[in-house]
Amino acid sequence: MRRYQLVVMGVSAGGTTALKILLPSFPADYPLPIIVVQHLHPTQTNFLVTHFNAQCALTVKEADEKEPLLPGILYFAPPNYHLLIEPDRTLSLSIDEKVNYSRPSIDVLFESAAIVYKTGVIGVVMTGANNDGAAGLRAIKEYGGLAVVQDPATAEVPYMPQAAMAATSVDHVLPLADIGALLREKAQLLL
Amino acid sequence: MHAADLETIEIDLFLNALYQRYGYDFRQYAQASIRRRIKHFQARTHYKRISDLIPAVLYDEAFAHSAIHDFSIMVTEMFRDPTFYNAVREKALPYLKTFPFIKIWHAGCATGEEVYSLAIVLQEEGLYDRATIFATDFNDSALQTAREGIYALKEIRQYTKNYQQAGGTRSFADYYHAQYESAIMEQSLKKNVTFANHNLVTDGVFSEVHLIFCRNVLIYFDKTLQNRVLNLFADSLSYGGFLCLGSKETLRFSDVQERFKVIDDHEKIYQKCTT
Ligand SMILES: C[S@@+](CC[C@H](N)C(=O)[O-])C[C@H]1O[C@@H](n2cnc3c(N)ncnc32)[C@H](O)[C@@H]1O
Repeated sequence: MRRYQLVVMGVSAGGTTALKILLPSFPADYPLPIIVVQHLHPTQTNFLVTHFNAQCALTVKEADEKEPLLPGILYFAPPNYHLLIEPDRTLSLSIDEKVNYSRPSIDVLFESAAIVYKTGVIGVVMTGANNDGAAGLRAIKEYGGLAVVQDPATAEVPYMPQAAMAATSVDHVLPLADIGALLREKAQLLL
Repeated sequence: MHAADLETIEIDLFLNALYQRYGYDFRQYAQASIRRRIKHFQARTHYKRISDLIPAVLYDEAFAHSAIHDFSIMVTEMFRDPTFYNAVREKALPYLKTFPFIKIWHAGCATGEEVYSLAIVLQEEGLYDRATIFATDFNDSALQTAREGIYALKEIRQYTKNYQQAGGTRSFADYYHAQYESAIMEQSLKKNVTFANHNLVTDGVFSEVHLIFCRNVLIYFDKTLQNRVLNLFADSLSYGGFLCLGSKETLRFSDVQERFKVIDDHEKIYQKCTT
């Protein structure tokens, strides 16, 4: 048994630099699926997916419609679509209105993750200049999941982690390097 | 039982009530997104629970229709995914040019921006006068906007950029005239278009169409419903007819995969096999 089954992450301004530090720290056999929402310009991402796939031990890909979530794979939300999790643990996309001026929105992903995975989800909010992710992290906490926030003092743009901390009682506030270690530890089998 | 699971039951009952009472069937929509829509709708009422919405929709028709209206996501734009329109010009239209007349179906046309975009391309390619265009949606107020063809002038800058990237050969300003804050689409773009109500879940096939656009509608459906609708499209198309989906939608892994040839994998353009 594992305590957690899924990691969801949200980054905005300053995110690419943060992800370049965090993502290569996952081993190829990381036992949980990871989903990242990064706020980007609508045409930017293919490049990032390619870049991270080359730099990371994990398989990194853009999320496909109705794709099942698998361990050891890191899914990026495609630009200009919201990414959600269905009850059968597949991914779905939508072009609904922007939420917090953002599409994809971190809140949309996190709230749907909380509903489906309940106590089994770890939510991570990192550097950014708006408050997307705050309501989502609160939902994750309400459903019994784990809330992790990048230490605002170490974030390129502290506003988003601060907003998340104001919205809910966060379990861990950590610098980037320690977030990787925590996520590896939390993914272990329970003895 | 967990609160989220209780809510799942409430949503189920609520969607059943809407279906049995009004025939609008959202039961096979992708759940995560319909759930968001329902909660979004509920938040603007005074009802505390989703189950409280059930008697409200059963006995109050106007209220029910405001809910149904809210569940249809009308987000759209002109020349969304500009490179897609380039691909249509280069890969589908040359084949259709060999036909004496062509029948086109936009399924889920929302407020019509996509319909006017293709109409412009058809005019530029000299095909418009041979075309009969059906544009359908299940949302009547969206269809009304589509019929009027009047859009906010502030969107036009983006649309002009899209048009140019989509291989437009003229000035986008040729296709509308500005009045106050509005852009009114040229009458000549409308003349062969019929806007009509059609529900993809409950209504039947169109006969012998040569080109179907159904973009960013299937993402809202679950697998079973996607397959039903894709079969409807396959049955509606003439042999050699084209099906164009949204950039994140695919025939791969679907029931109708074998009935189509992939024309452009990236832009999601498919052609129905001739046998
Ligand atoms: C997101 S819009 C896509 C508009 C346009 N095709 C585009 O790609 O920009 C989805 C449209 O599908 C329509 N729709 C949803 N369910 C439908 C159904 N069962 N039958 C017909 N139209 C439907 C909605 O009313 C909405 O206008």
